[in-house]
Amino acid sequence: MDLDSVYTELIMEHNKNSRNKHSLDDADLSEHGHNPSCGDDITLELKFDGDLISEAAFTGSGCAISQASTSIMIDLIKGKSIEEALELVETFIAMIKKDIDDQQELRKLKDAMALKNISNMPARVKCAVLSWHTLKEALKERN
Amino acid sequence: MTSKQEFAVKERISGQEFAEKYKADFPILKQQINGKELIYFDNAATTQKPESVLDAVDNYNRTINANPHRGAHTLSARATEAYENARAKVKDFINAEKSEEIIFTRNTTESLNLLANSLEALVEEGDEILISVLEHHSNILPWQQLAERKNLKLKYLYPDQNYRIPLSELKEKLTKKTKIFSISQMSNVSGVINPVKEMAELAHQKGALVVVDGAQGAPHIRTDIRDLDADFYAFSGHKMLGPMGIGVLYGKKELLETLPPFLKGGGMIEYVKEQGSTYAPLPEKFEAGTPNVEGAVGLQAAIEYLEEVGLDKIKEYELELTEYALEKMKELDYVEIAGPLDLENRGGIISFNLKDIHSHDLATIVDSEGIAIRSGHHCAQPLMKFYRLNSTGRISFYFYNTKAEVDRFLESLEKVREVFGYGS
Repeated sequence: MDLDSVYTELIMEHNKNSRNKHSLDDADLSEHGHNPSCGDDITLELKFDGDLISEAAFTGSGCAISQASTSIMIDLIKGKSIEEALELVETFIAMIKKDIDDQQELRKLKDAMALKNISNMPARVKCAVLSWHTLKEALKERN
Repeated sequence: MTSKQEFAVKERISGQEFAEKYKADFPILKQQINGKELIYFDNAATTQKPESVLDAVDNYNRTINANPHRGAHTLSARATEAYENARAKVKDFINAEKSEEIIFTRNTTESLNLLANSLEALVEEGDEILISVLEHHSNILPWQQLAERKNLKLKYLYPDQNYRIPLSELKEKLTKKTKIFSISQMSNVSGVINPVKEMAELAHQKGALVVVDGAQGAPHIRTDIRDLDADFYAFSGHKMLGPMGIGVLYGKKELLETLPPFLKGGGMIEYVKEQGSTYAPLPEKFEAGTPNVEGAVGLQAAIEYLEEVGLDKIKEYELELTEYALEKMKELDYVEIAGPLDLENRGGIISFNLKDIHSHDLATIVDSEGIAIRSGHHCAQPLMKFYRLNSTGRISFYFYNTKAEVDRFLESLEKVREVFGYGS
């Protein structure tokens, strides 16, 4: 196992100094996500402008993978429509499940592609997908 | 060097030889993981199996396997004999009085579920169950649900600043209404050994039934059940060199006889009529369905191996190893230990965190060095909450671990820090 391919600079940076880790004033929606088996715990807060996600942030605690994955996801979905965000969630989960391997198709995930190698670490998959599942739940509620 | 120091050094070397000698009996430990020699520090979760256990199970399957207690044929009789020999071995291992006091289950969890289910017959609304916040979920949930079903009060004992539950805490929480007191012999998080004998005596004085969860105790602490005087004692084979899927519930015969069965079906009946049945005597009453004979045979071989090594020696050596690790970990300012630093009433489990690094990242990175450790909440969420911890890393020793392994583990912590950009 190559640790450098998992604990990349990008992931370490998002873990340490995430600009997305704070609470939102007047959030329209707040969704709690939790990995009961390991204790990763996040609360995702979203603001909407019609159909668009205008603002997003999170609070919580967990391992570097879960925290970085959440932060990278927030960068990606800000300004996207609910439909676009849901599609990105599906693509990300498919990448981690190894259902999609095509670089072209994955390109739209941008920085989140850095988490691709987690798919080789079964024990850590749940850390990477926590925030994405949480977002999906939140957006389903909104719809 | 004084003669006392000299003696201490000699002792250390002999301890090391002790571990190296036995480690050679464990084929799984002779492999590389991620290109490094495997160091297995997750013994509180499950232990590894020596050749003798692997051989016993293999031999049973190759030459004896049949459904016990049923057929008139020779193999069935041999399988029955193998199964009952294993029961007798377990009886001797904990010094129980009678073989029928030994019920085979899948594991500690099933033993405790069986009990909480069957003890329902002996409790009524308003009664109290007393457990501790140190417990594994398997010694919490069965009681929690029994309390919900029967409207009982579930009360908890809490440890002091030194991670131990003082006997005064028990005296305070025990009342005349306490019907069941269930406590772990050793915590799977902090490594603290509870004074279960003194606790059992106090609980009995109030008329409570005493249940001891020996999942972490039985593999490491010589347990004489008649001296301990618990009414029930539960443990798992796979945490003491045996196979997974075989566990034990000991119960005093007169109590087991009064309790209704848990699982119902084949093997546990006397007469079955269209309406109503009568049950087989002990221990079959509590062993519905085809049992795990190969598991029992493996457990017997495991006990024989442990007896050869000697449980007192095992405990002494594990303590020596724990002291060695604690002394070194204490010196590292980035390590926070979630458990006592002294060795009194303590076993070979050390839970800890590295400053500003989550335990999952820690476990992943030391795994890349071939070192198996546990991370997370260790199935003890109430205790983690009590200590305000989200998760911890945990190393847990058995007698085949060595000081050289501890050294390599400590070096790997530096690597974890490096990956996260701290230190050196």
